Amino acid sequence: MSNPTDLRYTASHEWVKTETDGSITVGITDHAQELLGDMVFVEAPAAGRKLKAGEECAVVESVKAAADVYAPVAGEVTAANADLDNAPEAINNEPYGAWIFKMKPDNAADVAALMDAAAYQAHVDSEAH
Amino acid sequence: MTLKTTPLNAAHRAMGAKMVDFGGWDMPVNYGSQIDEHHQVRNDVGMFDVCHMRVVDAKGDGVRAFLRYLLANNADKITVPGKALYSAMLRPEGGVIDDLIIYFMTEQWFRIVVNAGTADKDIAWMKEQAAVHAPNLTITSRDDLAMVAVQGPNARAKAWQVLPQTKDATEHLVNFQAADCGEYFIARTGYTGEDGFEVMLPKEKVEAFWYDLNKAGVKPIGLGARDTLRLEAGMNLYGQDMDETVGPLESGLAWTVDLKSERDFIGKAALLANPPSKKLVGLLLLDRGVLRGHQKVVTPHGDGEITSGTFSPTLEKSIALARVPNGVAVGDTVQVVIRDKMLAAQVVKYPFARNGKGLI
Repeated sequence: MSNPTDLRYTASHEWVKTETDGSITVGITDHAQELLGDMVFVEAPAAGRKLKAGEECAVVESVKAAADVYAPVAGEVTAANADLDNAPEAINNEPYGAWIFKMKPDNAADVAALMDAAAYQAHVDSEAH
Repeated sequence: MTLKTTPLNAAHRAMGAKMVDFGGWDMPVNYGSQIDEHHQVRNDVGMFDVCHMRVVDAKGDGVRAFLRYLLANNADKITVPGKALYSAMLRPEGGVIDDLIIYFMTEQWFRIVVNAGTADKDIAWMKEQAAVHAPNLTITSRDDLAMVAVQGPNARAKAWQVLPQTKDATEHLVNFQAADCGEYFIARTGYTGEDGFEVMLPKEKVEAFWYDLNKAGVKPIGLGARDTLRLEAGMNLYGQDMDETVGPLESGLAWTVDLKSERDFIGKAALLANPPSKKLVGLLLLDRGVLRGHQKVVTPHGDGEITSGTFSPTLEKSIALARVPNGVAVGDTVQVVIRDKMLAAQVVKYPFARNGKGLI
């Protein structure tokens, strides 16, 4: 699966979508779900929680392993995806649809500074070596 | 470090396996969905590359007497040819060197199957003990043999489809019994809690056997599902549930240790001198989350630790084996520390699932 070009990406394998109101939606990339395998549990941050950029804020667990999800930028959590409580496998089936949480960034410029799809792909390729 | 490979390495890659470093071996962890692979074995049939495990032949007069002394379980329990016995091999101090299966073939030949990561130290230990107690025995690592496990309710039928010449010799086998069929040594054993065979055969034949099984409809299963299957079946994993620092009585293996008979064996005196203060129990997580090895278990009788934990695809809940103080009883609710939270888990009798069904 190729990485959508309308998203931004982090080195820790989160994807970030900017919504029309300036809020962002965050999930984990296809590469990340592929590495983790079958997802069985997601713990998302509560709405209202203030996050620093790079702060551990969610956990995704597959049968194999638990992995932290990090805040891509500083801001405040506005929503968590409750659908994942009963259907964590949605992350495997549709990694770019199954969002984990939404947040209001402190600075829109922080989002623009994240990697684009091509830069992220180069990052993934470099990690494989 | 170069990873060791089995003769099936190319076949795994051709079948789309995700390969991982498993104790120095380049092994398939899954081919597609690990959960689908798990259900495949519980409900139908799957095959596992277990060529990394080691086959050892102990031969010579007095081999039974030697094993009776070497192992915590009593080799005298197996008297029907081909019959197998699961046992721990202990240090004199009582710690577990390895868990293994021995097969009684003749009074001059027992076959032993040991874990991959412990094979070299096991063989060194066996030879060291044999030099003192049974110097006429030969202990041979069968590096010329490969091993494939075919597991699931339809496993035997599929194996016979591929190896019809072995059917007469193997269809009467009871659970935990093997037949020597010339090039193929076929045992009704496994590590999944399902029916099936473990087939030992010459290395140069294993790739063809693997592809023939696949053509007959047997899907390859990775180490990921192997771990969830064995944990559901309540089977210990060496290095996680026990090792040289703990004894068999604290590791859920009391049923394999015979302390009542007159027989002496390595480690017996230490076990008698040090009654265990902890035991292995099953845990079922009541809250949402996933139990994992090394998580702390808080009980009114003191703390314990999870030795193996995972998500059970059969129960669709998280399960674990945990070493806890003796006072903890089945039915108790305990707390497991997961990250910054205390989650409730129930102490349960295991196995958790076998023969296609959940047991909790």
